[in-house]
Order: sequence, then structure tokens, then C-alpha cells
Amino acid sequence: MAANNTPVPHYLKPLLDTPFHARARVLSQNDSFVPWAGYSTVDVFTTAEQEYFAIRNAATLFDLTPMVKYRINGSDAERYLNRLVTRDVRKLKVGRVSYVVWCNDSGHLIDDGTIFRLGPQDFRLCTAERQLDWLLDSAIGFDVRVEEVTEDIAALAVQGPTSCYILKKFGLAGVERLKPFELAEFDAAGRPVMVSRTGFTGDLGYELWMRPEHALSIWDDLMAAGRTRGLRAIGSQALNMARIEAGFLMPNVDFVSAEHTIRMNRDRTPLELGLGWLVDFDKPHFNGRRALLTQKASGLRRLLVGLDVDGNKAAHNALLYADEAGNHEVGSVTSAMWSPTCKRNLALAILDAPHHAIGSKVWADIYLNRELVWERRMVAAHVVERPFFAPDRRRQTPPADR
Amino acid sequence: MATTNSKRHDVIVIGAGHNGLVAACYMARAGLDVLVVERNDYVGGATVSRNLFEDYTYSNCSYVCSLLRPEIMRALELPRFGLQIIPYDGGCTMMNDGNHLALYDNHDALRREIARHSKRDAEAYDRYSRDVIRQCKFIRPLLMREPPDPTSFKPRDLTELLYLGQRFHNMGEERMYDTLRFWTMSAADFLDEYFESEIVKAHFAGSSIIGTALGPRSPGSAYVLLHHYMGDIDETVGAWGFARGGMGAVSSSLTASLQASGGAVRTSAPVERILVRNGRSCGVALTSGEEIAAKVVVSNMDVKRTFLDSMDAEHLPEEFLKAVRRFKIRGSSGKLNIALERLPQFPSIPDGAPSIRGDLHITDTIEMMERAYDDWKEGRWSQAPYVDMLMPSQIDPTMAADGKHYMSVFVQYCPYELADGPWTDDKRQAFGNTVIDAIARHSPDFKSLIRHAEVRTPWDIEQEVGLTEGNIFQGELTMDQLMFNRPVPGYAQYRTPVKGLYLSGSSTHPGGGVMGAPGANCARRVLTDLGRSA
Amino acid sequence: MTSPTPTSIVARYDVIVIGAGHNGLVCATTLARAGRSVLVVEAAAEVGGMAITRAFAPGYRVSACAHLLHQMPLALVRDLSLAEHGLEFAATGLPTTSLGADGATLQLATGGTPSAAFSPNDAAAWPAYHARLGRFASLLHGMLAAPAPRLGTEGWSDKLALAKVGLKLRLLGRRDMREFLRIVGMNAYDLLEDEFKAPLLKGALAFDAVLGTNFGPRAPGTVLSLLYRLAAESAAGSSPLAQPRGGLGALTAALARSAKAAGVTIRTNAPVAQITVAGDRATGVVLANGTEIAADRVVSSVNAKTTFLNLLGTEHLDTGFVRRVDHIRSRGIVAKLHLALDRAPAFTGVARDALGGRLLVSPSLDYLERAFNPTKYSQFSAAPALEITVPTINDPALAPAGHHVLSAIVQYAPYAITGGWTEPSRRAFTDAILATLEAQAPGIGASVVGCELLTPLDLEQEFHSAGGHWHHGDLALDQFYMVRPVPGATQYATPMAGLYLCGASCHPGGGVMGLAGRNAAVRMLEKGA
Repeated sequence: MAANNTPVPHYLKPLLDTPFHARARVLSQNDSFVPWAGYSTVDVFTTAEQEYFAIRNAATLFDLTPMVKYRINGSDAERYLNRLVTRDVRKLKVGRVSYVVWCNDSGHLIDDGTIFRLGPQDFRLCTAERQLDWLLDSAIGFDVRVEEVTEDIAALAVQGPTSCYILKKFGLAGVERLKPFELAEFDAAGRPVMVSRTGFTGDLGYELWMRPEHALSIWDDLMAAGRTRGLRAIGSQALNMARIEAGFLMPNVDFVSAEHTIRMNRDRTPLELGLGWLVDFDKPHFNGRRALLTQKASGLRRLLVGLDVDGNKAAHNALLYADEAGNHEVGSVTSAMWSPTCKRNLALAILDAPHHAIGSKVWADIYLNRELVWERRMVAAHVVERPFFAPDRRRQTPPADR
Repeated sequence: MATTNSKRHDVIVIGAGHNGLVAACYMARAGLDVLVVERNDYVGGATVSRNLFEDYTYSNCSYVCSLLRPEIMRALELPRFGLQIIPYDGGCTMMNDGNHLALYDNHDALRREIARHSKRDAEAYDRYSRDVIRQCKFIRPLLMREPPDPTSFKPRDLTELLYLGQRFHNMGEERMYDTLRFWTMSAADFLDEYFESEIVKAHFAGSSIIGTALGPRSPGSAYVLLHHYMGDIDETVGAWGFARGGMGAVSSSLTASLQASGGAVRTSAPVERILVRNGRSCGVALTSGEEIAAKVVVSNMDVKRTFLDSMDAEHLPEEFLKAVRRFKIRGSSGKLNIALERLPQFPSIPDGAPSIRGDLHITDTIEMMERAYDDWKEGRWSQAPYVDMLMPSQIDPTMAADGKHYMSVFVQYCPYELADGPWTDDKRQAFGNTVIDAIARHSPDFKSLIRHAEVRTPWDIEQEVGLTEGNIFQGELTMDQLMFNRPVPGYAQYRTPVKGLYLSGSSTHPGGGVMGAPGANCARRVLTDLGRSA
Repeated sequence: MTSPTPTSIVARYDVIVIGAGHNGLVCATTLARAGRSVLVVEAAAEVGGMAITRAFAPGYRVSACAHLLHQMPLALVRDLSLAEHGLEFAATGLPTTSLGADGATLQLATGGTPSAAFSPNDAAAWPAYHARLGRFASLLHGMLAAPAPRLGTEGWSDKLALAKVGLKLRLLGRRDMREFLRIVGMNAYDLLEDEFKAPLLKGALAFDAVLGTNFGPRAPGTVLSLLYRLAAESAAGSSPLAQPRGGLGALTAALARSAKAAGVTIRTNAPVAQITVAGDRATGVVLANGTEIAADRVVSSVNAKTTFLNLLGTEHLDTGFVRRVDHIRSRGIVAKLHLALDRAPAFTGVARDALGGRLLVSPSLDYLERAFNPTKYSQFSAAPALEITVPTINDPALAPAGHHVLSAIVQYAPYAITGGWTEPSRRAFTDAILATLEAQAPGIGASVVGCELLTPLDLEQEFHSAGGHWHHGDLALDQFYMVRPVPGATQYATPMAGLYLCGASCHPGGGVMGLAGRNAAVRMLEKGA
């Protein structure tokens, strides 16, 4: 579709196109676009399996422009963020990225995301959900400016074993020296690109942050650089498979933001989501600290865990029981897949105490549609350690070329 | 419709408004012999479709259908009897500088629309709707229940109080406080806790003043805001829709449902008096002199008309009468029904936007609405009125000929009594012109397209429909007149001091709007008292 | 807990009370009498907060804000031995006179019946109305004198307190209980219209319902503010409208002496810059001059907004809580006008003995509502409602011999008006008030030799009260009882361990009542302070 200079108004076309849309439109064999955070993005380009194997075997391009981005600066920026999130932002060095979560007063998770420290008091916060309202109310009493900059920055994830090689070939000399969670600025033939060694696949990978006007030419040059090393565009389905293997959580799948829940007992704390390692009780006060301390002291009544499910049928939406007869419900599956790489039937699930201990055995109630006939299976599942898949190459610096 | 004065009915319902018909339907379905008597020569009360000009259909009183309880539609099989509700998309508020704020169904379109006025408000909107939906979820189940008498020690009241207490308690500490505050705040203060943009606040505040003698700054108006969010069409909270064929389709489907279960309606049968013998109601006397006997009389009239105009005071305790007299039923709304030659232009609504098919408002700020209220307090119609305009003929093809349009204009505020004396034809015309001029400022061709306009003041609505002061809710929705206080403390359970006489109108819990809940709740009370199962 | 650096420690106390207003002093005395070492730090040069007497023109002295004492419980006055500490009354049981047009007046003795000559209907309706509201007021008073319970907690004391409220409600009897539940959320306008006929009576009664609130009489909830006032008055003894000799400052001076006698240390000219925090709890205060003072507990009588947002700082608090604090409505609506007069004013139709009482200019419900209307649009009342006293009638020492002071509480004056409180707008407002006075007391303008107008902005600056609000926050249903000042900081405790509130921001709120301070101290002692 030809680019039109006068944008179509929002009441006729509510979803925005990302700066990579023109390329995605051409490559999308299924024409399968889905809404994501106000943008129209590709679900599957060819098949989810092909795209998934490219993540684990070669390299992939994923358009993550819809990630919500906030620029946060001002003399209190560090103090502000340190009160906002559960990790100690003082420990985050300039030029590094940190995975963080943040909570409301009752310690329930609002969102997860990443903080990029661009300068001593200059940060970028990347989030899944829009939350200017919460961020600005959090700024009361701080000298800080919070500005949403989502549309000003185009972003691409380059992930997979050959990703470093392709970036070098693309022209980012020295990118191989980036350690995990480091970021650096590069000049790609006159186009400034910020690269962070971050990602959502659990594999070797980078994320590239650029000006929207350079998006298409960078896409083209990356594709050219990666042609011989299997680089291909992937959609959100393949990414979702990779992130389950990596044990990452997906908002609105594995948890609902505490700012959006309507019903009681739908909120989750980071401790309940198995993210206790992100909560630093030794740093100064942060949102939800008092409530989390109380929860920590009284023990967890439920926990998000990894499950290894018997058989090979993914346990989508399965209710979990303590007994095979299905009398005593103890939780439910939030994400599930058959892992082609691990050859295991994986799931993320919320389980009541005491069933969430590593090694516990529960029963998953799985429904299968076999040529329109529904069958029910009660299948054993065991609580196991996460992540399910963590190759050494994700940390190796400098990474191998293939 | 043959009825003889020798026949004794199980139940007579006075007034064929939607609540009276709902009550009648439930009772007829339970096997009672029910007669509805209606003073006008048409059924529906304020839920009507009228052909007053050529082949335009006017929903000339109530004009949208959002609150009608789905469980009632289902139980009375209203779809089978012809009721079809069609949702509409959005709506907008037009500002005096030519800008506007539209409410789109699509979440992303809505976010980008609000962001044109405030990026922050666009994202605060999610918190706002979350909190409003939380309140809706708390309150909705209470609509179809009898409020308990908090002063009673009867097991039924205590059980119900306990149920309410438990529901409240289940919300958890924070949300309990939020609920207490929500019920007592003004809409303006409530909206201030979410939004910074004046137009965003003004748009949402609109529903807090419709039909009430409160301004957006009056405490308690936040609750009224919710009253208009309570509707649900097919699981969508807050959805609004048209009844296909106009609001009369609601009453005609109810009438058909009633007749199918053996009930009857007599029109042009105004009631002169409710007959009481030995402290029991025993029927009604029509103005024609005819008396009709019944075991039970259900009055769908408002509480003042029932007890002050249609009964001898001797049958009622003095204290009760005093309470009825002081019950506040205030006329605060006017209505224009306009036949248009074609769709008028509203330059501030962009081409292709669905807004024109929704409810259209004109205001810039809450302050303008509050000033409109100040006019009402002084016995004037608002010089810059708040209007709620709709042209349902864009969606419902039955409302007007192809290309022609019917416009319903609800006007806030318009007093029942003017400071300078009673309503006259000239004043009514002047009121109509104030409204038409206000619309014309936003629509250059509007005046030239008007083929017919019906202007209704609260006084007119009272004269024709019988609602005291033309109040659309049969009583103000203030804290002192809700739940167990509605209509009279101690008589909130559809019974009255006269045995065998019940109330089914929106003077009773949970109040007004085309909801049907008072009628359904009343029928349940009657059936229980008669030892019948509903 | 980390200690401040040794050089900066001046002393260490069990409790530091911030602010020597009446609530701070009551709280301090109560704690000291229970054996705690207590320091009160006060920003101003004198104790008293908003309850002070000061000169506004050479030789003329006046109570700066409230000018009558009618809400402090008699039991508290006795318990604190205020008489022994010098509190004397120039007059008690003052009458109220409602001033109408053309010299029409209506006198209301405290609790008394309006004369039948005035309106037979009203005289007949009065006793039942007065008795019923009196019963409701005593029900409410029980609620004022104890912390408001929290909802949904597992604590038995909260459940018990709630049950007590329910029981008291039941004990009203069925008729009263129904009536209470009906009118408690109602507006004063309708209640009074339902009961009475005489505009002068209704106007005067409604004035008490809206005094100090951001409402006109038509606003739902104003019956509650009326009951609230009656509840406080019912505990203040049989003749509550009283004028301390020497003005309200004499009350706080006596409170300060009572405090010192109990062992409290009071430091004036000691504004607090910061509440210090270490190890998750408040550890003391830093004064503006840099002095650090340590304490086990800090209790602030400063309003909640200032306490949390400025003195403590938002970095120690959660966003949701800060959001709630930020939304507290605390913009003042009341102004004060002080006039120095070279002779006694002559109000038409007001006898000399009534001149020593309370004079109200609120001749009808509609007058009051119209006075309120402009405030919604950031304007002051063109024709304001007034509560006038001439304190020098009962206490001549406040002015040079033969001269007088007129003290008027003026509604409505928004904190922020369009264009701001500039010299011209202050002048215009003063003129509007003087014109209102002139209509009631012809010639009074010519006797004015000194004049002071205090807008809410002035009150904020002089008394460090956010928004210049007398009650530290609107008295409204959504800021009342168990949600006052905000959920999360009720029952005088705050989210910060060791930090408490005891000012009018808390339940039961403002007025020179002292109960917030007393309740806070009792609560702290119960919780092991």
C-alpha cells in the first residue's frame, strides 16, 4: 500500500502503523495483523514455527516500536525512579539497562519494563502498558519531567545466535563488546542507533532504538546484511513461544495490571509472580514496600511457577488440581506450549500454597479438540525451575558469530 | 378491552408506563387477573413513540434505552413481542471554539481522541472507567432487590442488611472507602480526581445532571453519574441504545407480553380515586364515575399523585402524608422534538466520524453547566442550556422517511415554575428558541431544516404524562431519597400504609430511567404477599 | 534506627509535637500528663496557631480567626484546668441575632425558641425540630470524641466501634433513626424549607450549616455540617457561645500554661523544615535553622497536605496515598474583616445587650445561596453573609477607651479568585463587606479608624495552613469521619511508623474543639507511645 502523506484520522483508523509497516506489509504472507498497544503489528509472517526456529537457530527481526517509552529526567530523576520501582536504581550505572517491576500501594504489580540509564539523571522507561497518569502522580514532590516519547522512537529487536554477526556486518563496529544489559550509541552510516543487549527471547540478542525516519533504511540494510545468515522477520506468536521458554511474563496473560483489575483478588504481587529477586528491601522506600514486607513476613498464599506437564498437549487455560479426580482445585495455567527446543511440555501457572514448591505434583485438566470432538485429559505436572531454556550464548561476550 | 364494573380483578395497575406494565406482566404471568388502567389514549406513559407530524416518529419523552434490565426483557420475552435494542457508537461534546471531544467505542480511537485534549487524561481514562465499573458491579445486583428497612428486626430485613454488609465488606478496605466517597461526592470533585482537561471533565459530567435538580458541583451528583453508566446491552457496561421503532416499542412489547399472559390494558380511563374500605384498597373509581373492584391496587403514579391527588387523606397517617409532601420531585428538564428536512451540518464534527449518530452535547466546561443550574435555581430556564441531542433516524430506519431525520433534544435545566409567573405559550416559545439558537450556533443550516418542533416544559410533561413537575425520575435521586429512604422511610418495600395498595413507579427503589426494576420488584412483593410464587 | 550526628543533638524527647495551635497543645498536654517527655515546636513567635489574639491597628486587638468559643467540650476545659491557668470568660451564653432588611431582626437565644410573634408556624415547629436535632447531635458527639473506626479490618476494636455506632443509631428508636438516616445526607435548604417559614430564621440556621464549608445551603451534606456544629456545641455545655476575656488567644495561652504545668517544653520561633526518617520510621525533626531534634514519635498538628507533601516528603510514601493526599480539598472559603471603630456601632433593631452577642447577616436561604454562587466561578460574594461580633462590648480592654473592635467572619471568599487577591480586588471586597455592614448599621463606615481584611490567602501565609482553610480541609461527607483526612492515615496514625497527625485535618475536624488533639494523644498512648 502506498504511503499517504495525510494521515488517516483516528476515528477512521484507530491503530497506528509503525515506521516499519511498509516492509511488514510486503513480507506478511498471511496478512495477519493484530493490535498491540495502539499499533497494528504482525502476528505471523509465514508460520510461527519457522519464525520460532529462526530465533533459536539463526536471527530474527521483531518490530517492538509499540513498547511504550517514557523519557524521565530532572534533578530528582534517580530518586523518583527509585521510589517507583522495586530494584535499586542507584546501582544502575549510566549505559546500562535494568529489568524492573513496579507496584501500587498494596504491593500489587502495575507493570514490568526496562529502565535505560542514559545519563546521571536521564532515563528511558519502556513499559507494556500506558501509564502516564500513574507516572505523573508518582512525580508529586519530585523535580522530574516525565514525557511519553513512544512515537518518537522506532525499535527493532535483533535476536538469535547470528544476531551479533549480522549487526557487525551491518556496520555496528564494536557491538560484540556489549555485555548483557549494556547499551551504547552507534552511528550506522549517518543514522544514529542506540543498541542495548536486551531482549524477550532468552537468547543472544540486541534491541535497536532509532529515529522513525531511519526505520525503513535500517530495516533494509539489516535484511541485506543478514540474508546469508538466515535473518527473517518474525511476528508476536513466535516471540511468545521463545519468551515462555525463557520464563518471561506477559502482561494480561500471566498477570493483570493492578491499575486495571475490576474484581477482588485478581491483583498479584511480584513475590507471588516469582519476581522476588527484583524486590530490594534494603534500598530506600519504594511503592508497595510496606505491603510487600507484610506479605513476605506472612508467607505466600500463591505463586507463579514453571510446570513440566506430562504428554505433549499444551495445557492452555487448564485448571490445576491436587488430585487426579479433580476435586481439589489448586490453581490454573496462565501460559502453555510444547517446546520444540526443550522437547518438554511447558507451562506457567499460578498455584496455591503448598503446591507451588519445586517438585510438587499437580494434575492439569486439559481439553483437546480432535476434529471437533472435545476430549478431556487429566495429566500429571511437576513444578520445575525456570527458565526452561537458557543457552550459554545469551551471556557470552563477545558472542560467537554463529 | 371489555371490562364491566361488576367484575372484580385480582390486580388493577394505575398507569401504563413502563414500570406499571412490567409489574402487570409479572403478575399476569403468575396467574393473576390484571387490568392496567391508563388515562391517556395511548399506552407507555413517558415511554412512547408518537406521530405528531407527518410520518416522523418521536420518542417524545424518554429517548434512549440503556437501563432496561436484561433479566426483565428475558423474563417477559420482550424480544418475542417485538422489542429490538440497537446500540449506537459514541457521541460527542461540541465546544464553542469549534473543537470537540468525541467518545468512540474503539479504545485506541478514544485514547487518541482524548489525547488531543490531554495526553495524561487519555491514560487516566482507563483508571476512571475501572473505578466507575467497580462501582457499577457493586450496585447493579442491588437494583433488583428490595431495600431492607434498617430499623427493622425482622429476619428478612436483617438478612438483607447482612447481605449488603457482606457485599460491601467483600470489596476490601480501600474500595469500601472509595465507595463511601463516591456516593457522597460531587461529579465535579470526582472528575477532578482523574482529569485535568476542562472539556474531558465537562463531557463526563453531563450524565451527572440529566434529569436532576443538582448541579455538577452538588455533592451526591457523582452517584447520578453512575446511574447513567449502569446500563448494559449484551454484557457491555455503559452501552446505550435505541429501541427500534422508538421508545414506544418498549411499551408496545410490554403490552403484547401482558396480553399474551391474559392481562388487559384500558386506555382513556383516568383514575379519579383509589377506593379504600376498612383500611384496605378495594379498587379504583374512574373520572367517568365507573368503579372497578380489585383485591390489589398497584399505583404506577408517582408518590405525590398517588397519595395527595388520588386518595382521601383520612386513609393515611399524618406523618406519612407529611413525608409524601416533603418528597422532592422537581421539574428540571425540558424536551424538544424536532422534525428535520435532512441531516443538519455540524462543522465541528469531522466527516466520517461516527459521533453524529450518537448523543451530541454543547458545552466547554463544568462551570458552564453549573451556571445553567444557577439559572434554574432562580426560576429561569438556562440561558446556555446543557443539551443532549440525538438523531436516532440515522440508525433506526423506522423513525423517519429516507433522508429525513428526527432529533430528540433533552434540555437541562428548565424549571417547572418560572420566577415571573406561570408558563405561557410565549414563554414556551422563547424557551424553545433559546435551545434552537444554542444548537444553531453549532449548525449553520439547522434552523432552515426544521419542519416541526414540539417544545415541552416540565409543566407540559406533567400535564400530559402525569409525572409530578415533569420529573423524569418521579423524584430526585439524592441521598435522602435513595434505597431505604425512597420514597418514604419505612415504606421502601413497595407497600404503603394502605393494605393492598402498592407502588411500582420510579418513586420507589431503585428510581428512574427506563429500567423496569421498580415494577419488577413491586410485582415480586405483591406476589409474595398474596402467597404466589413469581 | 540511626542516630543523628552527635553534634546536632540538642535533646531527645519521647514525642515532638509540630505546631502549638489548640490541637497541638491539647495533644502535648495529654501525652505529658501520661508521663511522656514532650516538645512542642511552633513556627510563630507566639503559641496559638490560628487561635490567637493580636493587634490589627495600634491599640486594637482581635481574635485573628475564630472569635467565639463554642465547640471545646466542657470536660476538656475542666480536665486541662484551663480556669486555673487563667482562662476567663468575658461573656457566655451569647445570643444570636439574625439581621434582616429594614431593621427586622430575630433573636435566637442559645437553644431558645424563636418568638411566636415572629412566626406562629415556626414557633410551633421549633421545639420538636430543636429536640430532634439535639438528639442527633448527641449521637454524633459520641462519634466525634473517639477515633473513627476503620472498615474491613480484622481488628476487634474497629468492629466494636462500628457496632457501637450501629447500636447508638438503633437506640435512637425507629422514628428517630429513620429520620436521621433520611436527613444526614440532605441539604439544609430543603430541611429548613420543610420545617420553617420565616426567611430570617431559615437564613440564620442555614448559616451555621455552611460556615466554613465550600457549600451553599442547597448542597446535599449541609445538614451533616449543621449537626456536626450542634454536636460539638452540645458537649461544650449549656451555654456554649462564649467569649474568652482577651480573645481566643487567651484560650491558647491557658492551654500553653496547662501544657507547661504538665511538663511540656514549648519552643516558639522554631519552624520545622523536615521530619527526619531513618530505618522506616520518623525519628524527629530538623528545624529551619538546621537544628536536629530526635524523638521516638513525631505528631503533627499541621494540616495533612503540608505534613505529608512538604514536611515528610513524598519519597517516603506510596503514590496512591500521595494521590489521595493531593486530592484533599482544603481551599479556604472564609475571610475575616477587622474594623477599629471610634465609637460603638449601632445596628438597626439591635439592643445594646444583643450587640455583645453574635450578629448574623444571612437574611434568607436564597441570600446565602446567592452569596455562594460566585465562589464557583472564582469570585468573592458581592453580597456576603457575615457573622459579626463586637468583642469590645464584653471586653473593653481590647480597644482604647470608648473605642470598639468589630470582628466579622465573611462568607464567601475563595482562596483563589480570578485575577488574584490584588490591592484593587481586596479593596473591592472590603467595600462589599462595608456596604453590607452599612445597610445594617447606618453610619458605621464613618466610625472606621482601622481596617484589616484577611483572605484565605492571607491566612495561609500567616498561619501556614495549606489553602488558608480553617478546618484544614473541607467538611464534606466525602472527607468526613472514617475517610478523614484520607484512607491510610485515619485514626491519627500515618503510613510512616512513628509519625502521627493531631490537627483539624483529622477526625473530627476543625473548629476550636481540641478533640482531634485529644483523640490523637489517647490513640498514641493506647498504641504504646
